[in-house]
Amino acid sequence: MIKIIFDRDTWQEIFGSIRKNKLRTVITVIGVLWGIFIYIALSGAAKGLDNGFERQFEDVAINSMFAWAQRTSIPYKGFKTGRSLQLKLEDATILQNQIPSIEFIAPRNAKGVFGGGEGATIVYQQKSGKYPIYGDFPIFTKIASKKIYDGGRFINDNDILLDRKVCVIGEQTQKELFEKDSDPIGKFIRIDNIYFQVIGLHKYVPGGGFEGDGDIFIPFSTYRKLYNTGDEVDWFAIAAYDDADVVKTEEDVKAVLKKTHQVHPDDERAFGTFNLGEIFNRIIGFSKGMTFLSLIVGIATIIAGVIGIGNILLISVKERTKELGVRRALGATPREVRLQIIMESVFLTLIAGMFGIVLGAFVLFGIDKATQNLSDFPYTNPTVPIPFVIGALVIMVVLGTLIGLIPAQRAVSIKPIDALREE
Amino acid sequence: MIHIQDLHKSYQMGSSSLHVLKGINLQIDEGELVAIMGSSGSGKSTLLNILGMLDSGDSGSYTLDNTLIKNLDETKAAKYRNKFLGFVFQSFNLINYKNAIENVALPLYYQGFSRKDRLKKALDYLEKVGLKNWATHLPNELSGGQKQRVAIARSLVTEPKVLLADEPTGALDSKTSKEVMQLIQNINNEGKTILVVTHETDIANMCKRIVHLKDGVIVEDQKVNQVIL
Repeated sequence: MIKIIFDRDTWQEIFGSIRKNKLRTVITVIGVLWGIFIYIALSGAAKGLDNGFERQFEDVAINSMFAWAQRTSIPYKGFKTGRSLQLKLEDATILQNQIPSIEFIAPRNAKGVFGGGEGATIVYQQKSGKYPIYGDFPIFTKIASKKIYDGGRFINDNDILLDRKVCVIGEQTQKELFEKDSDPIGKFIRIDNIYFQVIGLHKYVPGGGFEGDGDIFIPFSTYRKLYNTGDEVDWFAIAAYDDADVVKTEEDVKAVLKKTHQVHPDDERAFGTFNLGEIFNRIIGFSKGMTFLSLIVGIATIIAGVIGIGNILLISVKERTKELGVRRALGATPREVRLQIIMESVFLTLIAGMFGIVLGAFVLFGIDKATQNLSDFPYTNPTVPIPFVIGALVIMVVLGTLIGLIPAQRAVSIKPIDALREE
Repeated sequence: MIHIQDLHKSYQMGSSSLHVLKGINLQIDEGELVAIMGSSGSGKSTLLNILGMLDSGDSGSYTLDNTLIKNLDETKAAKYRNKFLGFVFQSFNLINYKNAIENVALPLYYQGFSRKDRLKKALDYLEKVGLKNWATHLPNELSGGQKQRVAIARSLVTEPKVLLADEPTGALDSKTSKEVMQLIQNINNEGKTILVVTHETDIANMCKRIVHLKDGVIVEDQKVNQVIL
C-alpha cells in the first residue's frame, strides 16, 4: 500500500489518465473546489462574526447586568400601587452580602442619559457643550472597562474619599473643546460652573450599550455633592462571577431589592433589570448556529462536488475499459485496478480541496482587510480553526475513497476478456 | 507445456446456447511454434482466451507447465497470467500515455519489481526487438510494426512460459508482418513456446505446426515445413 502511494508509476498512472481529458478534469475539480471554498469562506465568515460579537462585548463583563428602580404595580403592606421607588447606596451592600454570586457591584448616577434631563454644561475657555455626566466608583471599571489613554487614569479610591473635583472626559469632548494637539490632562474644565481637573481621556468603545464618547465621569462622592443626590443611586451595574448563573442572579437581585424596599414579591414592574449576560448568551447561540449552518452548507457542497468526481470517474472508467483490460491481461489484480481508480478519486478530491482552501483563505484575507476599520460592524479576524480544515480534508479523503469505490467496482466488474474486446 | 483434454465451452445467448468448443484435445510441447487457424466462428479466439486464462472452459482440463488451471478467481488468474503468459494483441494495446519503455516495464510493475530494475530489464528487451533508440517515444510516434515489436517486448519481459499472439500481424502490411514474424521466429528459436492465432495461410506457414479449427473441433493438426524468414 505504502509502496503504491510512493511509487512514481502510480502517480504516472494518475496523471496519465487525468491528462487524457484536461478540460473535463478541471471542470470536475472546480466542483469540489467550489465546495471546499464555500466551506472555508462560510465557516471563516461565521468565525469572524463570532469574533466580532466577542469584541463588541470585550469591554463589558459578559455576565453583567443593570438594575434600576421603577414604580410599584401591586399594593403591599399599606403602600398603594404606583409608588415610585428609589435605590439607595446601602442597597449595594445589602445585595453584595445577600447574593453570593455577585462579584462586583457599582452604584451609578447619571445626568443626560435615560431621559434623566439634560447633561452637564461643560466649559473650557471659549468653548462649551452639553455632555452626559456620570458619578462613578472605581469598581465600575471591573464591570465595564474604560480604555484610558494618553497617560491618564480613571477615578480611584482617593478621589472618592476626598471628594476630589476630577473628571475623565471622552474623545468627543476632547475634540470639541480642546485644540488639536493640546493635552487636556491636568487642564481644568467647568462642569456646571464648578472647576474640575481632567485626569483621563477615555476612548470610545463601540457596543457596550448606551454609553458614548462624549461621556464624562466624575467621582460618585463629588457627583452627589454637586447635584445634591444624597444616598440616591440611579442604577447598579452588577457583575456576577464567571461561573454563576446570570439569570438566577438577576432574579435574586430583584427579589432582594423587593424585600428591602417593601415591594410585593410578585411585583414585576417595581425594578427593572437588563441582563447583558443573557443577551450575550443569545448572541453566542446565534453565532454558534451560524457556524453550524456554515458547516452543514459547506459539507453538503463538498459532498455534491465529490459526487461529481465519482461521476466523471465512472465515465473515465468506461472510456478506459480496454486499457484496464490490457492491464489485467498483463497481470494487474482486481485489487490493484481498484486501488488505482480510488487513488485517482482521492487525488482529484485533495487537489481540488487544497486549491479551495487557498482560495477561501484569500477571500477571508480580503474580507479581513475590507472590514478591518469598520469598528461598528461586528466582524473581526475571520479565521477557520485548523481542526475544521483538517476535518474537511479528512472528509474529502473519506468521501473521495467512498465515491471512488463505485467506478473502481465498475472497472473490475468487467471481465478482462470483455474489456479487451471493447473497441 | 500445454495439455488440453476434452475441452468444452458454450456461451449462453439468451434462451439458446452456442456450443463453441466441442471437445478439444491439444498437446503442445516446450519450444513449439504453433499456428491456430480457422475461419471466424471456428472457436480459435475462444480457445486462445481459455489458454490465456481470460476465460474458462465448461468441462475438460487445462494444464499449463504441470499446473492444473482450474477454478481461478480473478486475482489468481491475474497472477498466473503475469507469471506464465505473454500476450500479443492484434491492435497492439499499448497504453498511449506511456512511452515505449514504460509500456514494456508495466507487467514488471505488477510483479513488484523496483522502478530501476523494471526500466533496466525493459530496456534489455527493447534492445532485443531493435527499438532501444525508441525507448522514450510514445506509441503514437511509432509505426505499426514498431508498436507490435514494443508489444512483443512487453509480452516477453516477464519471461513467460508461453507467448500467446492473437492475430499479431492482422493490423500490419505484408512487409511489416514478415518483420514481426521473423522476430517471433527468433524468439521461438531461443526456446520459447509460442501460439499464434491467425487466418492467413502464409503467416501460418511461418510456424512449425498448424492446428486447424472448424466449428469447435480440431480438424487438422500437422507439422509443417517452416518458412524461415
